[in-house]
Amino acid sequence: MLAIEASDLVKSFGSTRAVDGVNLAVRSGAVYGMLGPNGAGKTTTIRMLATLLRPDSGTARVLGRDIVSEADAVRGLVSLTGQLASVDEDLTGRENLVLIGRLLGYSRAQAKARALELLEAFGLDHAGGRQVKSYSGGMRRRLDIAASIVVTPELMFLDEPTTGLDPRSRNQVWDIVRALAAQGTTVLLCTQYLDEADQLADGIAVIDRGKVIAEGTPSQLKASVGRGALRIRLLDPEQRPRAEDVLARALGAGVRLEADPAALSAACPPDPQRAAEAIAELSRSGIAVADFALGQPSLDEVFLALTGHPAEEEAVAEPAVSEEEEEVAA
Amino acid sequence: MSAVPTAPARSRSGPLADQAIGAALSSTPRPARPSALSACLAFGWRGILKIKHVPEQLLDVTLTPVLFLLMFTYLFGGAIAGSTGEYLHFILPGILVMSVLFTTVYSGVTLNTDMTRGVTDRFRSLPIWRPAPLVGAVLGDSVRYLVGATVVVVLGLALGFRPQSVPGVLAAILLVVVFSFSLAWVFTTVGLLLRAPNAVMNAGFMALFPITFLSNVFVQPDTLPGWLKAFVDVNPISHLVTASRGLMDGTVHAGDIGIALGVGAALTAVFAPLTTHLYRTRA
Repeated sequence: MLAIEASDLVKSFGSTRAVDGVNLAVRSGAVYGMLGPNGAGKTTTIRMLATLLRPDSGTARVLGRDIVSEADAVRGLVSLTGQLASVDEDLTGRENLVLIGRLLGYSRAQAKARALELLEAFGLDHAGGRQVKSYSGGMRRRLDIAASIVVTPELMFLDEPTTGLDPRSRNQVWDIVRALAAQGTTVLLCTQYLDEADQLADGIAVIDRGKVIAEGTPSQLKASVGRGALRIRLLDPEQRPRAEDVLARALGAGVRLEADPAALSAACPPDPQRAAEAIAELSRSGIAVADFALGQPSLDEVFLALTGHPAEEEAVAEPAVSEEEEEVAA
Repeated sequence: MSAVPTAPARSRSGPLADQAIGAALSSTPRPARPSALSACLAFGWRGILKIKHVPEQLLDVTLTPVLFLLMFTYLFGGAIAGSTGEYLHFILPGILVMSVLFTTVYSGVTLNTDMTRGVTDRFRSLPIWRPAPLVGAVLGDSVRYLVGATVVVVLGLALGFRPQSVPGVLAAILLVVVFSFSLAWVFTTVGLLLRAPNAVMNAGFMALFPITFLSNVFVQPDTLPGWLKAFVDVNPISHLVTASRGLMDGTVHAGDIGIALGVGAALTAVFAPLTTHLYRTRA
């Protein structure tokens, strides 16, 4: 069964087509990643699917309900964790959760009990009585996600949940997403990081300039891009021209000179053994290597490969408060 | 060298127990949707919590009327009414109206702050009666109105103000609070149209200063030039002030109360739906 079916969703802000004919099919129970740079249309797509924005054209069904004509039913089944942490900074963590509990229909006592349970599960029990403005970014994000599961949603929208978080907080958020998925909640995850989509998602749609430009499993996507890059930094930039020759011969592939005058990169050979040999060849030729890395393709490389242009931020980002948004029927 | 290994740092905010999250997820039967009223009350509760956590915001509400009452009574009392005591009797209902009306701007400021912080996204994605966040917030703001009103009346009593009837004073406060609810909708509309909380504050005060000063809050309109008197006489604030004065000294005309309530009803009828519409489309 499909949890999300979107066909030809379009949304313009002024003369900018933020979303320009997006099609999505997300299987129920999946973690689905929407990958793209800032301004690609990810947030606008999520806001339409979460019934916060009405599409200019196109249709979408979320859990079988139409996002425009059955918006209220959709709201009863999904929850949204937006890009800005959507919690009230002036209130304490516990009060935030009690408020959401009350708004979802719990009695005062039930809402309190639920808040305590969630604070504990998310490692926030010690901070529950403090105002959210004193929380770290990671704590705020965890509270935000906790607020989204006061009642377990059937589908959860997560908009860049780890942007701006330190690595430990990021791992915690990833653990939470995995736990959600293990419970059968469908997750639509927006992210700028291939790594994040790779870690969490069963399927990925790459979005650029309002359109889905590629779709598949993480491994299909990476395979389509190539195997990432071998990056090498030399101790002595003077030796770079010679290193270029040696590498080109050893790898049998083109070598790119990086902006860093001591750095070079090349597409990973299919067999990692060959990369190791290439490095050994460098030292045999008397070229000192400062460090090297065999990396997954970065989002930049995915973009370059898929679109032929780098994943730069679009000039017109999605406005936080838009002029042109239209009413969504209640 | 000590051979005692350092325990891995599993602090309380460290790695989370997936089982705990799993358990928290699975233990939630979905409750029945709340009624429109209980959703509004929950938002009203939120407004009161915000006052509890940020009590500084009551400073404006309490200090401004104190300053106004003291300054105007002692500065102009002798010149305008012959004695400060006489003038206090005249000006107190006016200051009550003015101070409480000024606090209505905060309804717009709070709403705008919510919008810029993203918390409205969560409220709008909940399956609740859609105007509930707005109605609840405006209800919660009544606490501010009551605090402002109480400060004015208590300070007035301390300075020697003696109303004719206590129920009259309470009725005047009630009338001013009801009118403020209506006026608050104007500023929630402004709050959704402007981009920053400060802009809302400035716009609100820029509008309220002339409209409250060009009324009968401070002086009897008899001495004013004809064109100004004409404006003051039709200014609904004048009718609200006259009604409050009348209630406090027992000479009220039903007409003034009627006009105040009528204008309040009209403001609500226009601006409450407008705010709701903008909240759905712009927030």
